[in-house]
Formats: sequence, structure tokens, C-alpha cells
Amino acid sequence: MYNTTELCSVVSGHSSPAAILCKCTTRTAFISQLVKKRQPWILLPGNFQRLLSRVLKLALSSEGLYQLFNIPAFTTAMTSSTNVSCFHEARRVAIFGGTHGNEMSGVTLVNLWIQNGKEIHRKGVETKPFITNPRAVEKCTRYVDTDLNRAFTTENLSAPSGDDLPYEVQRAQQINEIFGPKGSPEAYDVIFDLHNTTSNMGCTLILESSKDHFNLQMMHYIKKAIAPDSCPVLLTEHPLLKYSTSRSVAKHPVGLEVGPQPQGVLRSNIFESMRVVLKHALDFIELFNEGLEFPPCTVDVFRVSEKMDYPRDTNGNIIAMVHPNLQDCDWEPLNPGDPMFQTFDGTTLRYEGAGTVYPTFINEAAYYEKQQAFVTTRRETLAAGAIKKNIGQSYSV
Amino acid sequence: MEPVCLPALSRVAICGGTHGNEMSGVYLVRELQRQKLEKAGSATLTTVISNPRAVQVCKRYTDMDLNRCFTDAILSSPVTDATPYEVRRAQELNTLLGPKGNVGAMDLVCDLHNTTANMGLSLISYSVQDWVIMHIYRQVQRKITSAPVRFILLDLPLADAYSQDSLGKHGFSIEVGPQPHGVVRADIFNIMKEAVDQTLDWVQCFNSGSAFEGGEVDDVYTFVKSVYYPRDPETNQITAAIHPQVQDHDFCLLHPGDPMFLMFSGEIVKYEGEEVLHPFFVNECAYYEKSIAFHLARKMTVTIPPLQVKRD
Repeated sequence: MYNTTELCSVVSGHSSPAAILCKCTTRTAFISQLVKKRQPWILLPGNFQRLLSRVLKLALSSEGLYQLFNIPAFTTAMTSSTNVSCFHEARRVAIFGGTHGNEMSGVTLVNLWIQNGKEIHRKGVETKPFITNPRAVEKCTRYVDTDLNRAFTTENLSAPSGDDLPYEVQRAQQINEIFGPKGSPEAYDVIFDLHNTTSNMGCTLILESSKDHFNLQMMHYIKKAIAPDSCPVLLTEHPLLKYSTSRSVAKHPVGLEVGPQPQGVLRSNIFESMRVVLKHALDFIELFNEGLEFPPCTVDVFRVSEKMDYPRDTNGNIIAMVHPNLQDCDWEPLNPGDPMFQTFDGTTLRYEGAGTVYPTFINEAAYYEKQQAFVTTRRETLAAGAIKKNIGQSYSV
Repeated sequence: MEPVCLPALSRVAICGGTHGNEMSGVYLVRELQRQKLEKAGSATLTTVISNPRAVQVCKRYTDMDLNRCFTDAILSSPVTDATPYEVRRAQELNTLLGPKGNVGAMDLVCDLHNTTANMGLSLISYSVQDWVIMHIYRQVQRKITSAPVRFILLDLPLADAYSQDSLGKHGFSIEVGPQPHGVVRADIFNIMKEAVDQTLDWVQCFNSGSAFEGGEVDDVYTFVKSVYYPRDPETNQITAAIHPQVQDHDFCLLHPGDPMFLMFSGEIVKYEGEEVLHPFFVNECAYYEKSIAFHLARKMTVTIPPLQVKRD
């Protein structure tokens, strides 16, 4: 490894404008970060990342870069022994709000960005904010006829269109036409779907496929960017429990679920958290499009396991509530024997599963009618390979 | 103060589901009905799901807010085909629990509500000189430790009193939060149940002749005015969220110059009143349609006399 002084002289020995800029007093601090920490890109402001990337590409061959820093994040063209998945530039990105009309953070953010899109603008990317269920938004209700976020089934999307179809099915077909067709090369690259929950889930990212390395890398980036705050990843890949979401029209669907927030209410802290997570997500896309290679990484996720309903009587009425010990404890371990429900007359019902699970969507208002008090998950670590933009697309230095 | 003697409370009503998505009251009333609780000592107990249609669809109301339909004017208005469901229902409830202002009315009406605001346990009524209500408040405040307990005064004459509790000779609402609408939280349910239990316990003690000493009750808040969301003059869209320093800080102090709203653009809107007041119903979901962000109240202490049941 080179020491800081030697690094500085390597960088400053080059005469490009970027290198000259790097001679400013903050140079040492930035470079010492690069030397000391792994994957230091995350910690640098975006503009310095871009500057240094360009400077070092000019200054050093790829081999030299790798040897110099021994930091995988720095390399833009690794040696051939490493597998890198190449993806097309993510040029078309949509941000969906109001998929459920009473989940106010997404509705508010998207309406804001429709009026002024400066905050979501990124060079080389078309970022389209879009209200998916305007009639539900107008009535401040989850849906008008049927849940839009369950409506994107193959059956619905291929059904002949008509006014007799439920409103949300018609809407799903329209959205599929604008942002899809689902499964085709013309589909949007990325769709962020903004949701709120009454559950205490914090800022949860929802991943639909364990094999989507692009999304895994994005989520890894976001988690590091907002640390020490946490950003759990919920993997909904499950033969029975997976559902056909509005975002599933895109090649890379990303769900963003922020809570706790009551339906119909806008909380400032929840709104700002969602805004920050989206900012990091768009930063990732911009870096990716500029050609940055993201090295292999692992992402801890929670994979959905089982839906747990409320205890009910023979008429279908619920006879117990989520127990106070479980309420608000999303992502915390639930062990066999732990309290799970409390009946209205005060009796405790306990969890009787085989092992420890991690519950989430605990006491979500919208799920009473879907027979779900919470869903159990199991922890898993997913590996994502290195990714970068397709070579052959030129970019200016 | 001179001791007061008041008639026994022989007929008590507990109402839930006045707003169909305020779940603690719905489930508590159903539980009381399941347990077939029909008496509290010598008093008869009536339990009512006030707005069954709204409960069925888990919405606040179907046509209009039931809990604004109990003014004298609406209760006496003629019913036509165009009359909203909730107006008809209010008139039915007036027959069942009232008639409002009449000797035949329930002695005590207790109406159960939830709010998305962080208000803990609040008792709401129209007078601080109804000694039955004030003594109930004092008992509830003394006995309940799982949530802060406060009293909110809506200073309105009986004719203008619009909520269901005004049907009884004595009446008050129990408001517990924060709870999202459509959700039942065990901790919130347990607080509401405790409040109802303490109320019925007080009624039984009162009816059997206990003497309640006079004194002072504090944490009494009088409604002063409402604060509205800032809106864009052109689009009429709300342009700010309630500031984090006010959000969840119901009944805390709001001084002139304190932040009230955080605009989406980042600017802060400050409180420009002259009087230090206390916000409550901060960010109640149901008030968005009236554009109300929160109410402001003045805090006071009330002196209450000794109270005992009147012997015939």
C-alpha cells in the first residue's frame, strides 16, 4: 500500500483539470479515507466521487489502480478473473405514488415532483413521477374497486379491455401500456413504488427476486448510505405469498414501505425518510450509469415465510389483538412461547412455531380484510455479483 | 365549596363505533355485549354500536359525520328521502338514549373514540360544572397510570352541542390515541377498557352512597381555536407537514415564535399568536377534510365541590 503522501503525489503529478482540483486542501482527507476504508465511494460526496474516478482512470491503468489501492470499489475494469454482470444503462426510471390512495408520503412526494422535478433529476436518466391510482387518491381511500397493488396478474393484463372491468384492473392495463409491457425489453428499467404502513417497519425496501443483482447492489448501496439508520430488506419471493404489484411492470421493481404512519395522515419524519432513501437510490442509478463498477457484495434480507391471521370466531370476527409485546416489534425475533395475541378479555395466546422467526407488517390496517395480523420472515444472506454498465456505451471523461 | 347532592345514575349507556373506523370502542362494546354485561351495581347498562353501517365498511361515516348530528336543529329536522343516513340514525339514537334535554334521557352517556393524535386518554365534555363528570374525571386521572389523563372542555350551550354524549343528562367522550384508524392496538384498547371500568366503578360507588370529597382538578384544557394547514393559493394543495416539534406533542406548550409547520420546500412556519397555548388533536386524520392541522387550548384548574348521591 502507498502512504498518503505518495498517493497525493501520484494524483497531483497529473495535469488534468480534475487533478489540479484535487490539490485543494481537502484532498488529503479524501484520499486517506480511500486508503483506510473499504468501498469508500459511499462516503464521498457525489461530485468528488466523479472527479476522483476520472482523475484516477487517467492517472493509472486498471491494473495499477487495483494494486495501488487494493480496494475493489475503485476498479472500473477488474482483471478477467472476476465475473461482472453487465446491465444496460438505467435510462427510464419511474416513481409511483398513490398506488394506495391513503398512503400519503408517496402521494405528496410524487405530486411535489410532478410540479417541480428538480430534486429527482439525474443526468442521463428520465425520472418520471406518476400517480398510479388517482381516483383512490382523490377519495383518500386504499382503492376504489380492488387493490391496485394486487391487480397486475397475467390474467388481468391480458384480459380484453372494457369499462365493465373494475377500475383498478383498467388502470393496471393502462400502467402496463405506459411503463411496460411487463416482461418485455420496452419496459421501464426501474420503478420505485412508494408506500406507507401502519406497522413499525421503518424504511423497508421490498425486493421481489433474489436473483436481481442490480436491485441487490442498489439496496446494498442504500443501506450503507443511510447507516447507522437501518433499512431492512423484505424479500417477497415466495410461491404463494408473492403478489402482482404495480412496480412489477419494470425490469427492476423496488418497493419502498415506510412506517409507522396512519392511513390518511402525513407525518413529517416519515415523509423526509422516504425522500432521503429515494435520493440515495437515484444517486446509485446515476453512478451506475456513469460506468462505476460495483464489486461483489452480500445483502442481509428477510424472506417471507408465513402469513399469520388473527384468531377468529365462527362468524369470522377477530377475537384477539396483536399482543402488546409483539406490537411495534417488526424485524425483532419472535421465539416459540413468546406472546403473540391478547384476547379482548385479557388472555395471552403464544407463538407455537418450530423456531425463531422475524415478524413484519405487524398490525397493518389494510391487512385485516386480507386475514393477516403479521407475516413471519426468515433471515437470509444473498450474494450479488459485481455489476456495471454495458461496455460499448461511451461516456465522456 | 358547598357539598352537592345529585340524583343516582340509574341508566348508563356505553357507545362505540360512532365513527366506524375507531376500533377500540367497536371491540370494547362487542366484548361487553359478549359478556352480557347489563348492570353496573344498581344501574342498568346499555351498550350500543352507534353507526353500524360505518362499522361494517370500516369508515368514519357513510354520508356525514354522525358525531356532528346531535345539535337540537338536526335532531328536530324533518326526515325526507334525501336525509343522510347519519341524520336518521342520530334521531333513532336520540329516541334510544334521549330525548336530549328531557327527563327521560339516559343518566350517563359515555361515547368511545380513538384519534391518530398522541393524546393519551382524554375526557371531552361541554361543561366543567357537571360535578358528576368532574368527579369521574378525577377518579380516572388518579387511578390510571398507563397513559396521561386530561380533560377537554368544549364551551358550547346544550342546543349547539353536536356530539352523541350530549344526549344524556350527563355525558362525555373518552378519546384514546394514538391509534391509526382501522387498527386495534392492545395497549390502546387496554387503556380504554380501564377508563370504562373506572367510570362504572365510580357510578356504583356514587349510587351506593359514597361521599366524594371536593378539591382541585388540573390538566383541564379549554378549546380556543383551530390552526389550519398552509395551502398553495393557486393549486390549493397542502404545502407543509406539521413540524416535528409539534407532531406527537399534544398538550405541550406552543409559544409565539415556535415552529408549527415544515414546508416541503424546507421553510418553517412559526406560531404567530400572542398567547402561549396547548396544541391538541395534532395531526388527526379525520380533520384533513376540514383542513385542520390541530386545535389550540388554554389550560386551567377547576375547583370541584364534595359530591354525594341524593337520598330520596
